[in-house]
Amino acid sequence: MKSLRALLVTYAGVMPSMLMLVGFLVLPLAIILVFSFLTPGPYGGVEPQVSVAAYVKLFFQKDLYGDLTFNSSVLEIAFRSVKIAAISVLGCVLLGAPVAYYIAQQPKRRRNTLLLLITIPFWTNLLIRTYSWIIILRDNGLVNNFLISANLTEAPVKLLYTEGSVVIGLVYTYVPFMILPIYAALERLDAGLIEAARDLYASKWRSVTSVVIPLAAPGFTAGSILVFIPCLGTFVAPELLGGGKHLMLGSLVQMQFAAGRNWPYGSALAMMIMAVVLVCLTIFALNARKTGGGMQH
Amino acid sequence: MMKIRTAKRLLGYSFGAITVASGAAQAEGDLFIYNWTDYTAPELIEKFEAETGISVSIDTYDSNETLLAKLQAGGTGYDIVVPGQGFVPILVEENLLLPINGPELLGYENITEQFKDPEWDPGNAYTIPWQWGTTSFTVNTDVFEGDLNSYDVLFQPPEELQGKVGMFRSAEEAIFQAQIALGVPQCSEDPAEMTKVLDLMKAQKPYVLTYSSTGILERLVSGDVLISQNWNGYSMRSRMENPSLEYAYPPEGVPAWVDSLAVPKGSENYENAITFLEFVLRPENIALQSNFAGYANGVTGSEGYMAEDLIGQPELSAPADVPLIFGKTCSPEAVDLRNLVWTTLLE
Amino acid sequence: MKKNDRDIRWLPGLSWLTALFFLFLYTPLLVLVVFSFNASRSTTVWSGFSLEWYHKAFTNDAIRVATQNSVIIATLAAILATTIATSAALALARNKRMKGKQAFHGAMLLPLMIPEIVTAVATLIFFSTIGLGLGLGNIILAHTVFCIPFAYLPIKARLESMDENLEMAARDLYADKWATLRFVTLPLVMPGIISGAMLAFIISLDDFIITLMLAQAGSTTLPIYIYSFVRVGITPEINAVSTILIGFSVIVVSVSAFLGRKTAS
Repeated sequence: MKSLRALLVTYAGVMPSMLMLVGFLVLPLAIILVFSFLTPGPYGGVEPQVSVAAYVKLFFQKDLYGDLTFNSSVLEIAFRSVKIAAISVLGCVLLGAPVAYYIAQQPKRRRNTLLLLITIPFWTNLLIRTYSWIIILRDNGLVNNFLISANLTEAPVKLLYTEGSVVIGLVYTYVPFMILPIYAALERLDAGLIEAARDLYASKWRSVTSVVIPLAAPGFTAGSILVFIPCLGTFVAPELLGGGKHLMLGSLVQMQFAAGRNWPYGSALAMMIMAVVLVCLTIFALNARKTGGGMQH
Repeated sequence: MMKIRTAKRLLGYSFGAITVASGAAQAEGDLFIYNWTDYTAPELIEKFEAETGISVSIDTYDSNETLLAKLQAGGTGYDIVVPGQGFVPILVEENLLLPINGPELLGYENITEQFKDPEWDPGNAYTIPWQWGTTSFTVNTDVFEGDLNSYDVLFQPPEELQGKVGMFRSAEEAIFQAQIALGVPQCSEDPAEMTKVLDLMKAQKPYVLTYSSTGILERLVSGDVLISQNWNGYSMRSRMENPSLEYAYPPEGVPAWVDSLAVPKGSENYENAITFLEFVLRPENIALQSNFAGYANGVTGSEGYMAEDLIGQPELSAPADVPLIFGKTCSPEAVDLRNLVWTTLLE
Repeated sequence: MKKNDRDIRWLPGLSWLTALFFLFLYTPLLVLVVFSFNASRSTTVWSGFSLEWYHKAFTNDAIRVATQNSVIIATLAAILATTIATSAALALARNKRMKGKQAFHGAMLLPLMIPEIVTAVATLIFFSTIGLGLGLGNIILAHTVFCIPFAYLPIKARLESMDENLEMAARDLYADKWATLRFVTLPLVMPGIISGAMLAFIISLDDFIITLMLAQAGSTTLPIYIYSFVRVGITPEINAVSTILIGFSVIVVSVSAFLGRKTAS
């Protein structure tokens, strides 16, 4: 009895979240796992007939003549999504890290105000914010007007409907998810530590690279996860800023549950995405443990 | 299970208070309408509420597929839903609608011949028409001066339109027009025919700027695209902001659609829903809706009450010799082929 | 100036970078606000000044209820998610005896890994199977779940970069676990908690797909309202509502900052 109590005490902290996750996520997910092994219903939904067709379909599609052939569409879409998500993470780090560092060094009241200022734009709807980027980036938009009036270019530069504009849109959408975790890791750095670093290392930059960045590492990790994974599922920026000429993973899955009417295939795609993300995270965690072992203390 | 029920009761109490505060109707008679945003005229609802004392609340959704999934899950609490004609047979077959016995409704005789006893709902057993229209494309005639009533302009755009073509986001709507252009049946299960469709769209792709159903008016008016797939009422709105934007009627025909009013299973206010249907069948009332949304309705005599700026608009009345092809529910095989074409096109 | 030279805070160009960043952040917002005054129904082509859309927004019941629902859901979901995420993060970081920490950590991230539409459909089927019909409550529960990783990760990052010695010292001083938690650990973790709560709030406020699937009669939120403009297109009314929402939040923030300064002085 006593050990049970000890066990309860030990795990009490994680209990609420685990109950929520098991109750409202794992159970529903079990439904999806089952779906992925069934047959699509004629109008969406599933028929209770076991089949692995959905998984086969990930790599082999019936071509237009009904022959099963290797199909690289899913792989290509996945590859492109991962690439764009990775570039966006990089963009968020480059843009967000200095800002997080700056905020962390401000007096307390100023810090909270700045944090709020960073999140307030995101109280508006994503679609409307993305429309604003159209106005800024299009041929006769704000940026091109500025460039032309500053005589930096004669003809408008094509900014909108490119992969670059998609990345700008994604960085804009997700940058707070990078800044806030880094800030949380950096806030009120141990002043003594920095002084010591300044004494040890000759230059400022050396102390930044050898003290500040390791301290911020958990923030980078957290931020990268929060930016990378949602980027994979994004559909607004690729469509409105990129022109939607290529599907992204998120849209592909969504299509199966909507007009595509193939829930098992959509479920199988989701399982594949989850597996890939899990593998990435594990590799990431193992690497972090290896390289981070020395920097924790 | 016990736990969930207890939790449910507890939560129910706490949120009950919020729901009351947020103005959910508590009057004797309620009517919950589920429709697209800005697709139910406020004037119509105000008049209905004043006349009947029934309190109306409107929720919104984004697509027929969402409606289907939610009705299948059940327990949504809506009294009126607005499915497209392709989805009516599905909802009926899945046993998700309550019969309304159209011919017994007061004002049934007002429905135009075209929508009485339609193919998708024999005998109007479940639906009456709400708004209808066509799907074609809009062309900027400042830039393109030729004959716009040809699918070649869309699928094999001349030089001045290249790189400035806008297509729909949804496979169904985008591919439908390609099928009409090629004379392929809309629910084709023939791989050879669908290969032709794919080839046509692949050849068009380099000239396409966007595959997007959001912001069509924005792109047309700003000149980002010079030709774009579009709905007729939306095209009319685009023209009001730029008079050179004209709506095309190719002789092969244009896709047509009609959104109908239906009562979903589980409706708790069936009588009020029927009252609403009969209210809408009166020409002076449905005209309020058309004036607001800018789409035609299926009630004879409503023209007399329509706003002047809607009467005689080219977008709202197709030339008599252009066939209107109403979209159908396709077989799973046909849907599979369509998906394959779409995924291959956009991989 | 000698102090500045020694002070690591004074990295050259840092404040310039931050200023540029805020320009990047607020230019689209400015554009959005400007177009809320547009005379035509376009949100991207300017055609003159008008207050029409504000008038519409104020007289439109549906959009008012939707905005209200969104704010209620986001506030409650952010509070719930942050609370349980804090408890989990503290337990995982400070509990030496716990086994399987990595697995628990992974589980906290689970809501992130599943495509939204899949969570939405699965939860819809699950809720309807168990007959859960709480109106807004259904949505709040689902939002709490997917907000968990957004609240949890900043808190975890904070805990990892924190100096445990402080807590140890406090434990010696107070000798009471709860007092240490309340007066030492929580204040130290607070930047992580605030960051997490803010992220949870904005992620919930903007959610569309899950909300759409779970919404019942009377639970339409602002994103659902906005994405449901089919066949008629979005109007500057949405810009007007967004502007009102931002204006409101800015007023709340400045008033509380003002009051905070007063009590502090």
